Amino acid sequence: MLYSGMQGPGVVWYVGIAGFLFGIGALGVLVRRNPLIVLLSLEIMLNGANLALIAFARNAGNGAGQIFALAVMAVAASEVCVGLGLVVALHRRRLPLDVDALSELRG
Amino acid sequence: MILAASAGNVLVWAVWVSAGFACLASGVAVVSFSNPFFSALALIGNLGSLAVLYLLLSAEFVAAAQVLVYAGAVMVMFLFVIAYVGPRQETPWQGGPSWQTVGAVLAAGAIFVEIVVVLGLKAGGRLSHTHSVNGTFGSPGWIGRLFLTDHLLAFEITSIVLLVAAVGGVILGEHTKRRDVAVEDAA
Repeated sequence: MLYSGMQGPGVVWYVGIAGFLFGIGALGVLVRRNPLIVLLSLEIMLNGANLALIAFARNAGNGAGQIFALAVMAVAASEVCVGLGLVVALHRRRLPLDVDALSELRG
Repeated sequence: MILAASAGNVLVWAVWVSAGFACLASGVAVVSFSNPFFSALALIGNLGSLAVLYLLLSAEFVAAAQVLVYAGAVMVMFLFVIAYVGPRQETPWQGGPSWQTVGAVLAAGAIFVEIVVVLGLKAGGRLSHTHSVNGTFGSPGWIGRLFLTDHLLAFEITSIVLLVAAVGGVILGEHTKRRDVAVEDAA
Protein backbone atom coordinates (compact mmCIF):
# COMPACT_ATOMS: atom_id res chain seq x y z
CA MET A 1 0.00 0.00 0.00
CA LEU A 2 1.37 3.40 -0.96
CA TYR A 3 0.89 6.29 1.40
CA SER A 4 0.37 9.44 -0.60
CA GLY A 5 2.95 11.59 1.14
CA MET A 6 2.85 12.23 4.87
CA GLN A 7 0.05 13.02 7.24
CA GLY A 8 0.38 15.64 9.91
CA PRO A 9 3.36 18.00 10.22
CA GLY A 10 5.99 18.08 7.51
CA VAL A 11 9.57 16.94 7.90
CA VAL A 12 10.65 20.50 8.62
CA TRP A 13 8.84 20.47 11.99
CA TYR A 14 10.66 17.32 13.07
CA VAL A 15 14.00 18.81 12.05
CA GLY A 16 13.10 21.89 14.11
CA ILE A 17 12.57 19.74 17.22
CA ALA A 18 15.85 17.95 16.46
CA GLY A 19 17.71 21.25 16.30
CA PHE A 20 16.22 22.51 19.55
CA LEU A 21 17.12 19.22 21.27
CA PHE A 22 20.69 19.57 20.03
CA GLY A 23 20.85 23.13 21.36
CA ILE A 24 19.47 22.12 24.78
CA GLY A 25 22.02 19.29 24.99
CA ALA A 26 24.88 21.57 23.97
CA LEU A 27 23.85 24.05 26.66
CA GLY A 28 23.87 21.26 29.24
CA VAL A 29 27.30 20.02 28.18
CA LEU A 30 28.77 23.50 28.41
CA VAL A 31 27.07 24.73 31.59
CA ARG A 32 26.83 21.72 33.91
CA ARG A 33 29.87 20.47 35.83
CA ASN A 34 28.70 17.09 37.12
CA PRO A 35 30.14 14.55 34.62
CA LEU A 36 27.03 12.38 34.93
CA ILE A 37 24.77 15.22 33.82
CA VAL A 38 27.27 16.13 31.08
CA LEU A 39 26.93 12.55 29.78
CA LEU A 40 23.13 12.77 29.93
CA SER A 41 23.21 16.06 27.99
CA LEU A 42 25.48 14.40 25.44
CA GLU A 43 22.80 11.74 24.99
CA ILE A 44 20.29 14.51 24.26
CA MET A 45 22.60 15.93 21.58
CA LEU A 46 23.02 12.49 19.96
CA ASN A 47 19.26 11.96 20.03
CA GLY A 48 18.68 15.30 18.35
CA ALA A 49 21.03 14.24 15.56
CA ASN A 50 19.22 10.89 15.35
CA LEU A 51 15.83 12.55 14.99
CA ALA A 52 17.17 14.73 12.17
CA LEU A 53 18.64 11.67 10.41
CA ILE A 54 15.36 9.79 10.59
CA ALA A 55 13.36 12.82 9.45
CA PHE A 56 15.63 13.23 6.41
CA ALA A 57 15.41 9.49 5.69
CA ARG A 58 11.62 9.83 5.62
CA ASN A 59 11.89 12.89 3.40
CA ALA A 60 14.19 11.20 0.87
CA GLY A 61 12.35 7.89 1.11
CA ASN A 62 15.49 5.78 1.48
CA GLY A 63 17.00 3.83 4.33
CA ALA A 64 20.52 5.20 4.72
CA GLY A 65 19.39 7.69 7.38
CA GLN A 66 17.83 4.98 9.53
CA ILE A 67 20.91 2.77 9.21
CA PHE A 68 23.06 5.71 10.27
CA ALA A 69 20.74 6.40 13.22
CA LEU A 70 21.27 2.83 14.41
CA ALA A 71 25.05 3.27 14.08
CA VAL A 72 24.77 6.48 16.15
CA MET A 73 22.91 4.48 18.81
CA ALA A 74 25.80 2.00 18.98
CA VAL A 75 28.29 4.86 19.30
CA ALA A 76 26.17 6.37 22.09
CA ALA A 77 26.16 3.05 23.94
CA SER A 78 29.98 2.84 23.66
CA GLU A 79 30.32 6.43 24.86
CA VAL A 80 28.17 5.68 27.90
CA CYS A 81 30.23 2.56 28.63
CA VAL A 82 33.55 4.44 28.62
CA GLY A 83 32.14 7.59 30.25
CA LEU A 84 30.55 5.73 33.14
CA GLY A 85 33.76 3.69 33.52
CA LEU A 86 35.60 6.98 33.96
CA VAL A 87 33.06 8.22 36.50
CA VAL A 88 33.39 5.01 38.52
CA ALA A 89 37.20 5.26 38.34
CA LEU A 90 37.03 8.87 39.61
CA HIS A 91 34.75 7.81 42.44
CA ARG A 92 37.12 5.00 43.49
CA ARG A 93 40.11 7.33 43.60
CA ARG A 94 38.00 9.77 45.64
CA LEU A 95 38.41 12.58 43.14
CA PRO A 96 35.77 15.32 42.97
CA LEU A 97 33.01 14.75 40.41
CA ASP A 98 33.46 18.14 38.80
CA VAL A 99 34.67 18.53 35.22
CA ASP A 100 36.22 21.91 36.02
CA ALA A 101 38.32 20.48 38.85
CA LEU A 102 39.55 17.57 36.70
CA SER A 103 42.04 19.50 34.62
CA GLU A 104 45.13 17.34 35.16
CA LEU A 105 45.26 16.28 31.53
CA ARG A 106 45.34 19.87 30.38
CA GLY A 107 48.62 20.57 28.59
CA MET B 1 -13.21 9.77 2.74
CA ILE B 2 -11.91 13.32 2.89
CA LEU B 3 -13.35 13.69 6.39
CA ALA B 4 -11.56 10.53 7.53
CA ALA B 5 -8.28 11.73 6.03
CA SER B 6 -8.53 15.10 7.78
CA ALA B 7 -9.42 13.41 11.07
CA GLY B 8 -6.28 11.28 10.76
CA ASN B 9 -4.31 14.40 9.99
CA VAL B 10 -5.57 16.13 13.13
CA LEU B 11 -4.72 13.05 15.18
CA VAL B 12 -1.16 12.98 13.83
CA TRP B 13 -0.78 16.68 14.58
CA ALA B 14 -2.05 16.14 18.13
CA VAL B 15 0.38 13.27 18.73
CA TRP B 16 3.22 15.31 17.22
CA VAL B 17 2.49 18.33 19.41
CA SER B 18 2.28 16.31 22.62
CA ALA B 19 5.36 14.17 21.86
CA GLY B 20 7.40 17.17 20.73
CA PHE B 21 6.42 19.17 23.80
CA ALA B 22 7.24 16.25 26.11
CA CYS B 23 10.56 15.78 24.31
CA LEU B 24 11.69 19.40 24.65
CA ALA B 25 10.35 19.81 28.20
CA SER B 26 12.10 16.68 29.45
CA GLY B 27 15.27 17.81 27.68
CA VAL B 28 15.16 21.10 29.59
CA ALA B 29 14.46 19.12 32.77
CA VAL B 30 17.55 16.91 32.23
CA VAL B 31 19.76 19.98 31.95
CA SER B 32 18.21 21.90 34.85
CA PHE B 33 17.78 19.29 37.62
CA SER B 34 20.57 19.44 40.19
CA ASN B 35 20.20 15.79 41.22
CA PRO B 36 21.54 13.45 38.48
CA PHE B 37 18.99 10.79 39.49
CA PHE B 38 16.08 13.04 38.48
CA SER B 39 17.97 14.03 35.31
CA ALA B 40 18.27 10.37 34.33
CA LEU B 41 14.54 9.81 34.96
CA ALA B 42 13.73 12.86 32.80
CA LEU B 43 15.96 11.46 30.05
CA ILE B 44 13.84 8.29 30.02
CA GLY B 45 10.80 10.47 29.28
CA ASN B 46 12.79 12.22 26.55
CA LEU B 47 13.71 8.88 24.94
CA GLY B 48 10.11 7.63 25.11
CA SER B 49 8.68 10.72 23.41
CA LEU B 50 11.44 10.51 20.78
CA ALA B 51 10.37 6.94 20.06
CA VAL B 52 6.83 8.26 19.42
CA LEU B 53 8.26 10.80 16.95
CA TYR B 54 10.20 7.99 15.21
CA LEU B 55 6.96 6.05 14.84
CA LEU B 56 5.31 9.10 13.26
CA LEU B 57 8.21 9.14 10.75
CA SER B 58 7.46 5.43 10.03
CA ALA B 59 10.76 4.23 11.50
CA GLU B 60 9.30 1.34 13.50
CA PHE B 61 12.48 -0.66 13.99
CA VAL B 62 14.50 2.35 15.12
CA ALA B 63 11.75 3.25 17.61
CA ALA B 64 11.81 -0.27 19.06
CA ALA B 65 15.62 -0.26 19.21
CA GLN B 66 15.50 3.15 20.89
CA VAL B 67 13.27 1.85 23.67
CA LEU B 68 15.21 -1.42 24.07
CA VAL B 69 18.76 -0.07 23.84
CA TYR B 70 18.40 3.33 25.49
CA ALA B 71 15.53 3.08 27.94
CA GLY B 72 16.32 -0.55 28.61
CA ALA B 73 20.09 -0.94 28.73
CA VAL B 74 21.79 2.46 28.78
CA MET B 75 19.50 4.06 31.35
CA VAL B 76 19.72 1.07 33.68
CA MET B 77 23.51 1.44 33.57
CA PHE B 78 23.20 5.17 34.24
CA LEU B 79 20.91 4.66 37.22
CA PHE B 80 23.21 1.94 38.57
CA VAL B 81 26.25 4.23 38.41
CA ILE B 82 24.32 7.16 39.93
CA ALA B 83 23.26 4.90 42.80
CA TYR B 84 26.85 3.61 43.15
CA VAL B 85 28.41 7.08 43.22
CA GLY B 86 25.76 8.30 45.65
CA PRO B 87 24.01 11.65 45.96
CA ARG B 88 26.74 14.22 45.55
CA GLN B 89 25.64 17.79 45.12
CA GLU B 90 27.33 19.90 42.51
CA THR B 91 29.79 22.38 43.99
CA PRO B 92 27.87 25.64 44.48
CA TRP B 93 28.26 28.63 42.22
CA GLN B 94 31.06 31.00 43.16
CA GLY B 95 29.70 34.48 42.61
CA GLY B 96 27.89 35.43 39.45
CA PRO B 97 27.84 33.64 36.10
CA SER B 98 31.34 32.96 34.82
CA TRP B 99 32.45 33.70 31.28
CA GLN B 100 31.93 30.01 30.45
CA THR B 101 28.23 30.16 31.33
CA VAL B 102 27.71 33.39 29.42
CA GLY B 103 29.49 31.92 26.38
CA ALA B 104 27.46 28.71 26.57
CA VAL B 105 24.15 30.57 26.72
CA LEU B 106 25.22 32.78 23.80
CA ALA B 107 26.25 29.71 21.75
CA ALA B 108 22.96 27.92 22.46
CA GLY B 109 21.02 31.07 21.56
CA ALA B 110 22.97 31.31 18.30
CA ILE B 111 22.09 27.66 17.50
CA PHE B 112 18.39 28.32 18.18
CA VAL B 113 18.30 31.43 15.98
CA GLU B 114 20.16 29.54 13.26
CA ILE B 115 17.63 26.68 13.35
CA VAL B 116 14.67 29.04 13.04
CA VAL B 117 16.27 31.02 10.20
CA VAL B 118 17.48 28.00 8.21
CA LEU B 119 14.23 26.06 8.54
CA GLY B 120 12.18 29.15 7.80
CA LEU B 121 14.13 29.64 4.57
CA LYS B 122 14.03 25.95 3.62
CA ALA B 123 10.45 25.11 4.64
CA GLY B 124 8.98 25.99 1.26
CA GLY B 125 11.78 24.35 -0.73
CA ARG B 126 12.99 20.77 -0.98
CA LEU B 127 11.92 19.77 2.52
CA SER B 128 8.25 20.45 1.77
CA HIS B 129 8.22 17.67 -0.82
CA THR B 130 8.20 14.31 0.94
CA HIS B 131 8.56 11.11 -1.05
CA SER B 132 5.83 8.54 -0.64
CA VAL B 133 6.96 5.24 0.86
CA ASN B 134 5.39 1.82 0.97
CA GLY B 135 4.39 -0.22 4.02
CA THR B 136 7.74 -1.99 4.42
CA PHE B 137 9.62 1.30 5.01
CA GLY B 138 11.30 1.08 8.41
CA SER B 139 10.24 -2.50 9.14
CA PRO B 140 12.75 -4.89 10.79
CA GLY B 141 13.06 -7.09 7.70
CA TRP B 142 13.77 -4.11 5.48
CA ILE B 143 16.40 -2.74 7.89
CA GLY B 144 18.01 -6.17 8.17
CA ARG B 145 18.23 -6.57 4.42
CA LEU B 146 19.81 -3.11 4.11
CA PHE B 147 22.30 -3.92 6.86
CA LEU B 148 23.41 -7.15 5.20
CA THR B 149 23.56 -5.84 1.63
CA ASP B 150 24.19 -2.12 1.12
CA HIS B 151 25.53 -1.23 4.56
CA LEU B 152 27.48 -4.36 5.55
CA LEU B 153 30.67 -2.40 6.29
CA ALA B 154 28.82 -0.04 8.67
CA PHE B 155 27.34 -3.08 10.42
CA GLU B 156 30.73 -4.71 10.96
CA ILE B 157 32.39 -1.46 12.05
CA THR B 158 29.60 -0.97 14.59
CA SER B 159 30.39 -4.33 16.13
CA ILE B 160 34.10 -3.44 16.37
CA VAL B 161 33.26 -0.10 18.02
CA LEU B 162 31.13 -1.87 20.63
CA LEU B 163 33.86 -4.44 21.28
CA VAL B 164 36.53 -1.75 21.74
CA ALA B 165 34.25 0.18 24.12
CA ALA B 166 33.58 -2.95 26.18
CA VAL B 167 37.33 -3.69 26.43
CA GLY B 168 37.95 -0.04 27.40
CA GLY B 169 35.32 -0.20 30.14
CA VAL B 170 36.86 -3.38 31.57
CA ILE B 171 40.37 -1.89 31.52
CA LEU B 172 39.20 1.32 33.21
CA GLY B 173 37.58 -0.67 36.00
CA GLU B 174 40.50 -3.05 36.53
CA HIS B 175 43.26 -0.43 36.47
CA THR B 176 41.85 1.61 39.33
CA LYS B 177 41.33 -1.49 41.46
CA ARG B 178 44.97 -2.50 41.11
CA ARG B 179 46.02 1.07 41.92
CA ASP B 180 43.90 1.06 45.09
CA VAL B 181 45.48 -2.20 46.27
CA ALA B 182 48.97 -0.76 45.63
CA VAL B 183 48.10 2.37 47.62
CA GLU B 184 46.78 0.30 50.51
CA ASP B 185 49.91 -1.91 50.49
CA ALA B 186 52.15 1.15 50.61
CA ALA B 187 50.17 2.51 53.54
